[in-house]
Amino acid sequence: MTTAPAPALTRRQAYDRARRRRAVIIATTSTVLVVATLVILIPLTPRWDRVRQSFFDGEVLRETFPGLLSAFWLDVQIFLWSTPLILVLSILVAVARGSRSPALFPIRAFAVIYTDVFRGVPVILTILLIGFGVPGLFESREWSNPLIWGTVALVLSYSAYVSEVFRAGIESVHESQRAGARSLGMTSHQTMTTVILPQATRRVVPPLMNSLVSLQKDVALVSLIGPVEVLRRAQIDTSLFANFTPYVGAAIIFLAVTIPCTRLADYLLARQRRRTGATAIA
Amino acid sequence: MSEPANELGEPATLKVALRNVRKAFDDTTVLDGIDLDVAEGDVITLIGASGSGKSTLLRCVNLLEPIDDGEVYLDGADIAEPGLDPDPIRRKIGMVFQSFNLFPHMSIVDNVAIGPRKVLKTNKAEARTNARALLDRLGLSARADAYPDQLSGGQQQRVAIARSLAMNPEVMLLDEITSALDPELVGEVLDVVRGLKESGMTMLIATHEMAFAREISDRVCYLHQGRILEQAPPEELFGNPQRERTQAFLQRVLDAGRM
Repeated sequence: MTTAPAPALTRRQAYDRARRRRAVIIATTSTVLVVATLVILIPLTPRWDRVRQSFFDGEVLRETFPGLLSAFWLDVQIFLWSTPLILVLSILVAVARGSRSPALFPIRAFAVIYTDVFRGVPVILTILLIGFGVPGLFESREWSNPLIWGTVALVLSYSAYVSEVFRAGIESVHESQRAGARSLGMTSHQTMTTVILPQATRRVVPPLMNSLVSLQKDVALVSLIGPVEVLRRAQIDTSLFANFTPYVGAAIIFLAVTIPCTRLADYLLARQRRRTGATAIA
Repeated sequence: MSEPANELGEPATLKVALRNVRKAFDDTTVLDGIDLDVAEGDVITLIGASGSGKSTLLRCVNLLEPIDDGEVYLDGADIAEPGLDPDPIRRKIGMVFQSFNLFPHMSIVDNVAIGPRKVLKTNKAEARTNARALLDRLGLSARADAYPDQLSGGQQQRVAIARSLAMNPEVMLLDEITSALDPELVGEVLDVVRGLKESGMTMLIATHEMAFAREISDRVCYLHQGRILEQAPPEELFGNPQRERTQAFLQRVLDAGRM
């Protein structure tokens, strides 16, 4: 209104500011109350001292943490091997399921059976069955590495889920995009690789991130068939020290990795919502 | 069915010819025996109410929809022959859609260059150079590196036309290309179409823009329930429609202030 350096607030602005301030005060007060209640009440439970000793022993944590951390490197390696394999396999399965050519019927049928079976069996069972079952097929010891078969089991299990994510992405690309590409004379294969898949992939990044966060945790299940990764290490340390603190240490390590990833996934999802909300192009 | 005399020509002497084309979706007949002659350089517009079959007719010509019966000739050869590979045929027929159908993940120049690159195997640099030249001709060179959603509707539709032209088509099919545009953007797109006519492009145009149909067409076809009820040069069809239904349709358009 005026050219004064600090213009007075309008009545509406003053009201909004007061309301925002009140909201901040309420949020802060309630948070402090809840945290204080937990901090005061939990130690008042009758056996708190024992629990603290066996789960939150600083000494044990200091001694075992470096070992846990180096064992976690194996989890990271399994994860880094599985992820690209899962992405490739799941895209292949998703495309195979969407194919219409009659010549590809066996592949399509196989893809359907594959996703049904591996989505229907718990990951942990798949790891046990493949980890113990497949090495029995070979005579040489080289083929009985549980690391390999554990990774294979994870890849098979996760690709079944992730292929459904890709399939949803492919189906979300509007039919008019296909028409646009085909009208230029592109083959259906060219249409898929240059027009449909690039758009589908962009759209599925957020749900894909969620799957990968799950994978980061499920890598620990491979410990069931032998490899000494972080969970296995924690188990061993727990019996060595007769104390459960190493499990808490392992949990801290997992959280340090998964929380940033989850936040990133949420951020990507929110950004995509904003974008697709802003532009509505068929 | 006393058709006003429109002698059908010999397909071999025509650019595009449709003979008794039929198409149904489930139980709904969309094209009910279409006969149409399009000579080299002809501009034919299809008018008629929504659902009269204009769009489906265009989609059948470039084989995006398989027809149920009849023949579609391009340069005298039946391209709707079952078993023919449609991809090499579609290259020769450009199509522009009502909703543009640009590829949102590619820049404007890549939208235009992608056809030649993938289909004609032109190398990337050359395809892009050609694309930029084409965009320049359509007054779009300033937006060559933008993405489709950064452009106005009129600009997007001009890019879509450029994308089709990049394939050097022999025939262009324009499917209600101004229907999704704000009124003030229609003119720039129609200007491009006028330029195409001047260059001698053979075109089949489905449109609701009657004034434009009147101006640009060599012949106007009125479609009703999947049939061409009447076709004539524009001054005849608009000035002195023979069929009652054509008169009624034109009257409705006139009443709506669209002519």
